[in-house]
Amino acid sequence: MTTLNELTLAEARDGLKAKDFSATDLAKAHIAAVEAARALNAYLLETPERALQMAAIADSKIAAGEARPLEGLPLGIKDLFCTHGVATTAGSKILENFQPHYESAVSHNLWRDGAVMLGKLNLDEFAMGSSNETSAYGAVVSPWRRTGSETPLVPGGSSGGSAAAVAAHLCLGATATDTGGSIRQPAAFTGTVGIKPTYGRCSRWGTVAFASSLDQAGPIARTVRDCAILLASMAGPDSRDTTCADLPVPDFEAAVSRGVKGLTIGIPREYRVEGMPAEIQKLWDQGAEWLKAAGATIKDISLPHTKYALPAYYIVAPAEASSNLARYDGVRYGLRVPGKDIAEMYENTRAAGFGREVKRRIMIGTYVLSAGYYDAYYVRAQKIRTLIKRDFEAAYAEGVDAILTPATPSAAFGIGEKASADPVEMYLNDVFTVTVNMAGLPGIAVPAGLDAQGLPLGLQLIGRPFDEETLFATAQAIEDAAGRTKLPPVWWA
Amino acid sequence: MRALLRIGFVASMSVDAHTVRRIAHLARIAVSESEVAPLQDELNAILAFVEQLGAVDVSGIEPMTSVTPMVMKKRDDIVTEGGRARDVVFNAPETEDHYFLVPKVVE
Amino acid sequence: MNAPATPKKLIKGGLHDWEVVIGMEIHAQVTSRSKLFSGASTEFGGEPNDHVSLVDAAMPGMLPVINAECVAQAVRTGLGLKAQINHRSVFDRKNYFYPDLPQGYQISQYKDPIVGEGEVIVDLPDGTSITVGIERLHLEQDAGKSLHDQNPTQSFVDLNRSGVALMEIVSRPDLRSSEEARAYVTKLRTILRYLGTCDGDMEKGSLRADVNVSVRKPGDPLGTRCEIKNVNSIRFIGQAIETEARRQIAIIEDGGTISQETRLFDPAKGETRSMRSKEEAHDYRYFPDPDLLPLEFDQAYVDALAEGLPELPDAKKARFISDYGLSTYDAGVLIAERSSADYFEAVAKGRDGKAAANWVINELFGRLNKEGLTIETSPVSADQLGGIVDLIGEGTISGKIAKDLFEIVWSEGGDPRALVESRGMKQVTDTGAIEAAVDEIIAKNPDKVAQAKEKPTLLGWFVGQTMKATGGKANPAAVNVLLKSKLGIE
Ligand SMILES: [Mg+2]
Ligand SMILES: [Zn+2]
Repeated sequence: MTTLNELTLAEARDGLKAKDFSATDLAKAHIAAVEAARALNAYLLETPERALQMAAIADSKIAAGEARPLEGLPLGIKDLFCTHGVATTAGSKILENFQPHYESAVSHNLWRDGAVMLGKLNLDEFAMGSSNETSAYGAVVSPWRRTGSETPLVPGGSSGGSAAAVAAHLCLGATATDTGGSIRQPAAFTGTVGIKPTYGRCSRWGTVAFASSLDQAGPIARTVRDCAILLASMAGPDSRDTTCADLPVPDFEAAVSRGVKGLTIGIPREYRVEGMPAEIQKLWDQGAEWLKAAGATIKDISLPHTKYALPAYYIVAPAEASSNLARYDGVRYGLRVPGKDIAEMYENTRAAGFGREVKRRIMIGTYVLSAGYYDAYYVRAQKIRTLIKRDFEAAYAEGVDAILTPATPSAAFGIGEKASADPVEMYLNDVFTVTVNMAGLPGIAVPAGLDAQGLPLGLQLIGRPFDEETLFATAQAIEDAAGRTKLPPVWWA
Repeated sequence: MRALLRIGFVASMSVDAHTVRRIAHLARIAVSESEVAPLQDELNAILAFVEQLGAVDVSGIEPMTSVTPMVMKKRDDIVTEGGRARDVVFNAPETEDHYFLVPKVVE
Repeated sequence: MNAPATPKKLIKGGLHDWEVVIGMEIHAQVTSRSKLFSGASTEFGGEPNDHVSLVDAAMPGMLPVINAECVAQAVRTGLGLKAQINHRSVFDRKNYFYPDLPQGYQISQYKDPIVGEGEVIVDLPDGTSITVGIERLHLEQDAGKSLHDQNPTQSFVDLNRSGVALMEIVSRPDLRSSEEARAYVTKLRTILRYLGTCDGDMEKGSLRADVNVSVRKPGDPLGTRCEIKNVNSIRFIGQAIETEARRQIAIIEDGGTISQETRLFDPAKGETRSMRSKEEAHDYRYFPDPDLLPLEFDQAYVDALAEGLPELPDAKKARFISDYGLSTYDAGVLIAERSSADYFEAVAKGRDGKAAANWVINELFGRLNKEGLTIETSPVSADQLGGIVDLIGEGTISGKIAKDLFEIVWSEGGDPRALVESRGMKQVTDTGAIEAAVDEIIAKNPDKVAQAKEKPTLLGWFVGQTMKATGGKANPAAVNVLLKSKLGIE
């Protein structure tokens, strides 16, 4: 028998509507699963009382026939979204004990639609990382293991807590954010679905900023449909975010069953990097075959500036981050470490409050913006961004509806395995996802199979600006063909 | 794979220990002597990685200012916030009478 | 614009005459209800951190949204400075750490400001005028306030000012003396107040000047400049320039060199001193704020704002001279404040402009000054003053009586015409009554009458006596005519 937390979000929604079980039952099943899974370190903060309160309200709404779109559905919230009266840390010591007196636009939208909060999910510190190992509160352990191995694996990052919690049935879905791949890469590592919508689709208001021109919120869930349902609630115009689009939110769930007949899917030759594992190449070819079989046309395309996206990203993102993180100075909130004067107080606070990776990125960002280097680094990187965006525009102008690529260059790796002195080794994880952020486009990662070691692998679909609907339709075709990833047996409880 | 991504690699601009200390101070991050050398190596690894951008011809290309074309929204000139000094200082490490307190600043 | 300095503007050093070269950066607080990027109030004062939004306090995840009125105010100001209005401008972040700068950066405009080059015509006390070039005007956020005297070891930070919109107006180094600098700021302030884009209240910090000062021998290239930060009164601007110029001259004449630095003016000590704490090498790491899109508008938007602009001081002054026949000086005095110009026009309407100007400037302004009042708080309204001018004009009262009447209206109020009636202040033109008084005086002073024929200046004494006898109400012209004929003076 399926326990309630193993339902998909859509199944749970329909079960609540049919009064097969109550929102309180659903919340309790999840609370129990969360408590039993502490070994994964997915939740930084559990909020069971709040979950039960919200579930009780949901039950009364359902009883009154006033159910809202997400009524009674328990979710996890990445700890980058500020939650009113609930500690928000961004995975950093510098925000330990920070209690916002405001609610992020995205989480607010979810509660408005009746969702239930289970707690705050672990992440890489300030969303800077690809393995969730940079969290000041410890790494998240993936629920997945290599066949016959007990080596703890990373869930990917920075939304590693979100991906692990969704994969391990510790919530029906989770909020996540993606600056260079932080939704899609962990989704791919954990056999879950994650979509980074078009830049401007979700409001950034109340979400702790990493790199303002790249950050976007999106959901991670177990199915394409679940992601569509969640994004429909999370997205929407917000007058408090100047970069948030004033566009109506389409019916994403309806788009899921549109099919791919008549669509043209581009296969960019530049993503065929030498040294890519054969398994991934095979999976990619398989994905194209599936879509062709479902009625799509496959077309080879060229995105010539692809290889420059990652290095350009490592200029733009740290530059913006170095400025965005200047506010953590020990004056108005968060950690303060005293010093003999104000400058020393700042330096001590930030040295103790930020972890190694965050400091490294602040330093790089400070350097590339500094006098004499700004044009050579920052301005050049932003010009290259223009070129990257043009590549995509040219492809779309030729009639391509979506682009299919691998989501990651490898399957999940072991915790500590990439802790080498060279930070670039870790950065290469985002090589396929980062172009999408640089161009502000929507991208979805969908599970497509397992590798020889039994670990999930994902494919990525990249869409036109504000055309998430085509991504949902196409991702559903892959999900239909690949079948839902069979989740690992519970070893952690 | 790493090497393959470095096509177009040009001679690296690298930082020295003095620059590491200067950048750390600009960023207001205390760096101990023992941290300087490893930081220098890490920063140089990243700078070496981004050097390949030097190979791209960017002449005549506008730097990106906004990734999606839109018109900036504006607010009406009305007072909608304020009157919540308690909330404003609620999380502050040190306060008095709703002021934030910091080590004395000498002008 | 860069005409050679006239000798009177040169400063005498020990060895040479020196020319002082001055440029200014004025920070003018934009008149708006709410802040540049948040909905918190711009009201002056208030309890600490009470006029602060989550954006102003730089809480995590907070985003700036621009105030449309602040943009309009900057464009209006640009139009008032006859400046280039840029249809596309960009907000940049200026990064530095300071406790009253919560974001760790100031949102400002660096490369692409909203307003480009313009000019201001500045009238000098000697009647000449100069044209001062404006390099640019940009919008930026004000910082909060740190109090350093509350506690021996700590500073207190209040963010009420944090995020208030400022216009930074940068002039070219076109000023050549402290007088010119003072006149420039005065004129700029007048323009801003006319436009309603800044209240110009220097005491409240609504207008602050950073003054760049250098000296050179006339004809030499520009010398090294020092920037005197945050001078907050027009008088201090003058003093700071004089002090700083003399300091620089002394150093150079001693064989030293000037080092470019930021200095503070201490009015109590009458000296400028180096701000050593801020001397640390600056590297602001400007870059476009990724939270904000470029600021763009079309010509129609600018035209609509231009349509709504009031008559500006230069135009008003020209009109006062041509329409009311005022002297340049009087017109200049009247247009210095829009409220006094409006008051004057209300008095002058349908009356003699020169008489109206005379009464407004000499009687009213003199009295307001003495009492520390302003045109807005004047106890005498334009209607009342106009009534007094009417009564003089039609000969109902004499100029002297008018002054008494002004006093009564000032302290007791009331309609001037009714007061003249009820208090019997009407001028006596009835020659019979005047003649009786004259006859009585002649009869009482036979000796003076005899002398008067030889010494016609005695007429004045007789006029005085007659006015005294009639309580000042006699028509002076009638008295004169009568006395001359009775005393036989030609
Ligand atoms: Mg300045
Ligand atoms: Zn300024």
